[in-house]
Amino acid sequence: MADPRTHRLRLWTSAVTVGAVLLAVLLVPPLAQLDEQAVDLSAKLLPPSWDHPFGTDDLGRDLLLRCVYGLRISLLVGLVAALVATVIGTAVGAAAGALGGRLDRGLMRLVDAFSSVPHLLLGIFVVALFRPGVWPVIVSVAVTHWLSTARIVRSEVLSLRSRPYVDAAISGGASRRRVAVRHLLPAVLPQAGLAAVLMVPHAMWHESALSFLGLGLPSHQASLGNLVQTARSSLLAGDWWPTLFPGLLLIVPTLAIAGLAGVWRDRLNPRRRSELML
Amino acid sequence: MLELNGITAGYDRRAPVFRGARLTLAPGESVGLLGPSGCGKSTLARVAALLHRPDAGRYVLDGTEIRAWRHRAPRELRTAVGVVFQQPRTAADPRLTLADLIAEPLRATGRGAEAAARVADLAPTVGLTPELLSRRPHAVSDGQLQRACLARALSLRPRWLICDEMTAMLDASTTAALVAAVETYRAGTGAGLLAVGHDRVLLERWCDRTVEWKDCLTGGDER
Repeated sequence: MADPRTHRLRLWTSAVTVGAVLLAVLLVPPLAQLDEQAVDLSAKLLPPSWDHPFGTDDLGRDLLLRCVYGLRISLLVGLVAALVATVIGTAVGAAAGALGGRLDRGLMRLVDAFSSVPHLLLGIFVVALFRPGVWPVIVSVAVTHWLSTARIVRSEVLSLRSRPYVDAAISGGASRRRVAVRHLLPAVLPQAGLAAVLMVPHAMWHESALSFLGLGLPSHQASLGNLVQTARSSLLAGDWWPTLFPGLLLIVPTLAIAGLAGVWRDRLNPRRRSELML
Repeated sequence: MLELNGITAGYDRRAPVFRGARLTLAPGESVGLLGPSGCGKSTLARVAALLHRPDAGRYVLDGTEIRAWRHRAPRELRTAVGVVFQQPRTAADPRLTLADLIAEPLRATGRGAEAAARVADLAPTVGLTPELLSRRPHAVSDGQLQRACLARALSLRPRWLICDEMTAMLDASTTAALVAAVETYRAGTGAGLLAVGHDRVLLERWCDRTVEWKDCLTGGDER
């Protein structure tokens, strides 16, 4: 188990990284007022320099700017998809766990049915139904990723449902709704929140995978997956920067978010919490 | 009257914990139910509190035959029976302050407006100070938490009170204080009491009469 100093270091590195990424994607596009799609064929495939810190791509577009825009789209997809997936998962899991019986069995078989198909395949099927864009990708990631949250929330609710404090609430005249809203949901929300945070990088990777396969966002739109996809051809010619930087921007925020989620998970565990306070 | 007749209950239909238990309480009467641990007396108490559906048997509470349990039971019947559980730790929602814990039944039944006054009224009778009321369960002792759980059970002024090993985890002075609080409440309202436990000395001094668990099963409860 990590000692408090490593713990603090992890918290701060992760928080600073996530903060920097958020600031960049939120502030750079409105403040810089630069066109990330501006083509300059005289400056194509330039290696990193002071003018272009990440270099330029095969159409002479500034990669730093495109990476920031790409990260913006990827983060947006990741956040919204994770949020939607968590809301669906929590609702299904809570309903199954709290109401039990036939509804529980039905919903859990639905979860099994969804899980039996590989996520990516199901995601591809969903995006194929729509015109390429941000929303189909969000929908595709959300409808394939609520399953684990539903399972987590259901098992939490099942274990809470038999606690004497739920009996006490029933004896005190509480309705089913009241028990769910007042006693069960607040108890599962930290777990669901943690699942949502861990889902964000996962959803970003899914977006990138779909875009890389050419099924996600339209190719003119900068997203991390699209950037890696277009850079693939120049990699064989020895131009490493168009793949390296988008790739790093996918990996670094993932690690930082996972770090933050790890800190959160440690705080949820009461025994760990008391050790950290020492 | 609280009449349990031929009750068979358990957690597996093929292997019930007990069969054919009977127990009758007259209005305002206090009865101690004595039995060894694991015999099923708590399960019978849960049946009487409408928290556990028996597999067979007839339960008549104040002239109404009970046909539905837990959420399906009408609210007036559920709240006519107050319950205090053995372990206050698991019987208290860890997120609520003691004041919210005591007020919860009032809020759940749409009487939130009376809650503050009722809590202020009940807290001294169970020996809780205003400072304790603002704390959460993890910041109070088992005894203090059990006092709050008793106040919660009394908040809706039930006609019946079921204390399932209420004092088994507690020291003698807290036991005395809780028993005194129950008796004060009963003196004021005429509520009936079913106290379940294995402490013969306590139950014989506390209750009008005590019943052995084995007599419940053989129909020996007739006076």
